[in-house]
Amino acid sequence: MIEGQAWKYGDDVNTDVIFPGKYTYQPLEPAEMAEHAMEDLDASFAREVKEGDVIVGGYNFGCGSSREQAATCLKAAGIAAVIAKSFSRIFFRNAINNGLPVIELEDGVDQIAKGDAISIDFEAGKVTHKGNTYHFPALPKEVLAILNDGGLIPHVRKALGKE
Amino acid sequence: MGMTFAQKVLAAKAGLESVAVGQIVEIEPDYCLSHDNTAAISKTFNKIGVERVKYPERFVIVLDHTVPASIEKYALGHKEIREFVCEQGIANFYDAGVGICHQVLPEKGFALPGKLILGSDSHTTTYGAFGAFSAGVGRSEMAVLYATGKIWLKTPASFKIVVSGQLEQPITSKDLILKIIGDIGADGALYRSIEFTGRAIEEMSLSSRMVLSNMAIECGAKNGYIAPDKKTATFLEGRAVHEYTPVYPDPDARYEKVLEFDATTLDPQVAKPHAVDNVSPIEEVAGTKIDQALIGTCTNGRLEDLRLAAKILSGNKVAHGVRLLILPASQEILLGALREGLIETFVEAGALMLNPGCGPCLGAHQGVLAPGEVCLSTANRNFRGRMGSRDAEIYLASPATVAASAITGVITDPRAEFVGGAK
Ligand code: SF4
Repeated sequence: MIEGQAWKYGDDVNTDVIFPGKYTYQPLEPAEMAEHAMEDLDASFAREVKEGDVIVGGYNFGCGSSREQAATCLKAAGIAAVIAKSFSRIFFRNAINNGLPVIELEDGVDQIAKGDAISIDFEAGKVTHKGNTYHFPALPKEVLAILNDGGLIPHVRKALGKE
Repeated sequence: MGMTFAQKVLAAKAGLESVAVGQIVEIEPDYCLSHDNTAAISKTFNKIGVERVKYPERFVIVLDHTVPASIEKYALGHKEIREFVCEQGIANFYDAGVGICHQVLPEKGFALPGKLILGSDSHTTTYGAFGAFSAGVGRSEMAVLYATGKIWLKTPASFKIVVSGQLEQPITSKDLILKIIGDIGADGALYRSIEFTGRAIEEMSLSSRMVLSNMAIECGAKNGYIAPDKKTATFLEGRAVHEYTPVYPDPDARYEKVLEFDATTLDPQVAKPHAVDNVSPIEEVAGTKIDQALIGTCTNGRLEDLRLAAKILSGNKVAHGVRLLILPASQEILLGALREGLIETFVEAGALMLNPGCGPCLGAHQGVLAPGEVCLSTANRNFRGRMGSRDAEIYLASPATVAASAITGVITDPRAEFVGGAK
């Protein structure tokens, strides 16, 4: 169960604006990546984001470069989940692999505005906003297993008996 | 029922008779690509707790994004990668200068029909032009591939894009793919496997086909397949690192959509800032002043692109106040361009030659833009901030359009004055 405030963006939010290319080949820790999160889209984001906030986007969220820092930086910035009408496939995978929940939802997304309170119940597969409830389908079990283990690396360590 | 190309490859790799759209399969890719991001990937690999890369012969590592290193941090990353490939016995390592990964893999014979190739780079789709199933993945996934050789993939639905007619210079496959992306949108083929087919595709050179597969990701596609033919086989002769068996879709395969385009009626196309699907025919943007022109990248840095640009630039000068940057996509291409005298033409025209590599494409290295500047580029992305300042503007076009515009200093229809290189 997550309760957080929404950061609202539009369609085709690409990974270049989520995490600029100029930092992608620099060896940064997640906390340093978080300082550049959304830098070229919304300069206020990195300053004002709070632990547990939720990003709400339109269609094709995370399109463009495969850079995984786009998922890592959001997670490190405190984002608890990303809700979008659709996701680019590589961002979707990267988010799961970083233990960042992604929710594909079309209904109700247009009604959500910046700063609105949202709650997400993963078990029940529902998002609640201003008293309205919207349902989202469960992730495939292979994908859910990775998310539940906290990301791909812990998941694989567990599978290999390294934990 | 028949299967699409994607279904056939995924079924074969998973050892199954057939796979359904949406089915998740665990597979071992034939080849995996990583580039400068190998420094970060090797650190993640170390966290897994496995000592050795499981199948070193399946990995190809190319240094291209920030070469030669422009800052100490990049130099250190490259050094760590050289040490890692040495330690792990990864023989398929191509150091700075050999070229851009998506050009080097085909040249070195890894982009083979019917093979499954994954890369920690979104433009890994490029090898679809050779009949491979190839897609991008993230860095953590590449680290896990080092450790286990395995990954899960979901079977995508497929679109068939049929292109009739024939392209005629100076109209190129870049204009065609921009038109397609402009029409269907940046998420028009999200998560789909595209199969490009039709007379225009059959008539095209492999280099032109690579432009289509390269940019398939810009409309969200997972893969951009083109049926391998004689041209493919000829190119791969003496290059292929392994035997291969081409895979073709069944005639009765089920497509979610069939889209049709006509190459004959195509005008030059330009993608305007700050989205690849923000496309117009050239007349709508003609006259826009530019500060920088760029010919190169994994989209349009091949010999046929340089030949077309040289034809237009020959005997002309780059406009005052415009920087024309040219980067051949690989050493092999650079050598070809030198032998054909193209480099001489470029330098005489006043172009600035850069070494093979990604160069200014992603704003991490050289040729970056100042606030307020405008760049016309042959690359595949024009996102805000991609080439430096967030307040710069990037337009995307074909090598012909970029060359013609570099001469006039404004976005220019390459058909207008320069066709045939008569000047
Ligand atoms: S040339 Fe540009 S798009 Fe191609 S691999 Fe390099 S950075 Fe990526």
